[in-house]
Amino acid sequence: MSVEFFDEMTRGDQSPRAVYARIQQWLKDTPPDVLASRRSQAELMFRRIGITFAVYGQANATERLIPFDIIPRVMSRTEWTKLEKGLVQRVKALNMFLADIYNRRDIIRAGVVPEDIIFRNPHFRPEMTGWRVPHDIYVHIAGIDIVRIDDKDFYVLEDNARTPSGVSYMLENREVMMRLAPDLFARHRVAPVENYTDALLSSLHSVAPRNAADDPTTVVLTPGQYNSAYYEHSFLADKLGVELVEGRDLSVRDDVVYMRTTRGPQRVDVIYRRLDDDFLDPLCFRPDSALGVPGLMSAYRAGNVTLANAVGTGISDDKAVYTYMPDIIRFYLGEEALLKNVPTWRCREPDALKYVLEHLPELVVKEVNGSGGYGMLVGPHASKTEIEAFAEKLKHDPSNFIAQPTLKLSTCPASFDTGVAPRHVDLRPFVLSGSDGVRIVPGGLTRVALKEGSLVVNSSQGGGTKDTWVIDDVLDA
Amino acid sequence: MRIRIRHHMSYIWRTPAKSIIQIMRLTPRNHEGQRVGSWYTDINVDHALRVSEDAYGNHVHTISIDGPLSKLNVTVEGDVETFDTAGVLRDAIERFPTIFYLRSTPDTETSGALRDFASEATATATDALGRMHALMGAISDRIECTKGAPSAAATAFEKQSGTGADLAQIFIAGARHIGVPARFVSGYYFNPEAGVHADAHGWAEAFIEGLGWVGFDPANCICPTESHVSVARALDYIGAAPVRASRSGGEGEDMTSQVRVSQQQDQRQS
Repeated sequence: MSVEFFDEMTRGDQSPRAVYARIQQWLKDTPPDVLASRRSQAELMFRRIGITFAVYGQANATERLIPFDIIPRVMSRTEWTKLEKGLVQRVKALNMFLADIYNRRDIIRAGVVPEDIIFRNPHFRPEMTGWRVPHDIYVHIAGIDIVRIDDKDFYVLEDNARTPSGVSYMLENREVMMRLAPDLFARHRVAPVENYTDALLSSLHSVAPRNAADDPTTVVLTPGQYNSAYYEHSFLADKLGVELVEGRDLSVRDDVVYMRTTRGPQRVDVIYRRLDDDFLDPLCFRPDSALGVPGLMSAYRAGNVTLANAVGTGISDDKAVYTYMPDIIRFYLGEEALLKNVPTWRCREPDALKYVLEHLPELVVKEVNGSGGYGMLVGPHASKTEIEAFAEKLKHDPSNFIAQPTLKLSTCPASFDTGVAPRHVDLRPFVLSGSDGVRIVPGGLTRVALKEGSLVVNSSQGGGTKDTWVIDDVLDA
Repeated sequence: MRIRIRHHMSYIWRTPAKSIIQIMRLTPRNHEGQRVGSWYTDINVDHALRVSEDAYGNHVHTISIDGPLSKLNVTVEGDVETFDTAGVLRDAIERFPTIFYLRSTPDTETSGALRDFASEATATATDALGRMHALMGAISDRIECTKGAPSAAATAFEKQSGTGADLAQIFIAGARHIGVPARFVSGYYFNPEAGVHADAHGWAEAFIEGLGWVGFDPANCICPTESHVSVARALDYIGAAPVRASRSGGEGEDMTSQVRVSQQQDQRQS
């Protein structure tokens, strides 16, 4: 198996890659029963923290614990620096793209991106057109999903530009790992991640409306405790030292947003909202939304409040738009994309559709607006009946799908009762954009497909997480 | 034709409202088929009123009022000179490419039955204009036009009855299904027999290559004439709705709406 896939720890000849040498040694030195007790310790710690998530679409959607694997995923400083450059470039381009399509639409006029994938996209929000958000930043928090298939390139699997979640796992994983394996930390110089919330707060403050006070008031807006990521919302509000609010805690008067407090209404300048566009303002979007704030969009448009992320950013995490990212980067920055795109067939194009229909058993097919691994077909793992059913869906509405080769995702060692074994991983770094630049804490959230052979890392599909280490370079022996 | 419009909305609450925000699309704009003469918006309480334009270029009035308030009256009144353009819209504000209006919304989503209906109704027509007329005719024949609260296109189609706005949304859903860009138009319709009625009117526009946007009023089974005054355009009814409101407090609402559309006798000589 390790011959077929790029394993981040072990080379074909079983010798370790330099960055993993000490991890491999540690795994050799640590008796299985010690690893086992660390695994159960880890689970206990996560239960105590109460970090859970709900899975949508399951009959009894009770809260579940995302499994944590105790072997950290390691990357060298050199690798990280390369990745970081690519992320900064990509997120800059995403912000320029959004500012453009909601205003001048140069990229459409230039024929770089076809207009129908923008204007027919349900995430394109007409309400955002013809005016500019504070500081021209739309995607304040991006989660860019990265995969590796060899030791050279990083590939972007998808851009999450709406309300990407998972950063609380990145932070909690580090804390648990430090308590679990101080010995292993002692052997490495691991770049810290706990400054993420400081970076987030600085970024959010930097994008406050120009008429806000020097010390802008920021809040985290959550749909409430029934949301699958509610834990993360309350966790972040707590770490940021700001109020966690629901729509009913906010009100709008004369285009200014106020928060209810015990000392009377307090003006709010920046809303880190974890509520989808559709629910933000019943006077503008879904009229039946009880989760939003009536009048919020008017206040937003009047320039009196910043929403992070901006409304309408979903257009840039559309998978059809994704296929144009190399062109988008070239158009705005005049540079070649540093991070590669996974080769993708746009099923809207007849030739591509024909190819995809003929090769379904070897492809991964995704809905352009889907997320979380829902509504996708993993050809090599699907039964004949599943493939046939999917082909019908695809033929009915081809423009709703893209297809990609089944990627040979890299593997990392994971620890089980049966021993250490390689499992497929991806990485979601969190990229923060403020008026004063881009901030990225080294690493991100590594997701791991714990089922042997599985390539689906989504937590809703049985994936787990790992602590992610960026360490000082170690020279190959 | 010179049309005078008076639209009066009155809200009474049993327990006073603490605060109210209303977003109103009640002010028409000019295009080749209509010239707005005088136009007033009158509100009976002290309020902050902001006039703006939405993404489509519609006039929007936003009021936010701090209570306690147990009664609110909003009246818009004015006159518009209209000209027959055979239903073709010219010189209107266009902010989006026509392809945008192929996009579906929750209220204009089709159902299988609606799709079949639209395909069948338009099967024999030879061009886009013919298909749109056929679609309007079929809706007018098949769907009963009633008064009441608006509902989504698929819902109204299943009930086989709906308001004028519902019929327009069925038209829009059907047109988009067969690949013709379509949108909703809110406005007023002069019907000499109507007298005072409760609601503003709604119809649809479809984009026909070579002609541009052409109006279709399935409730009356006609293309808009000089009896129509358009106010706002959007992807669907809710996007162009005359009033969207939110309030805190204010239990037991009693809302009345009165629309009077009349022909001005003092026709201006040109």
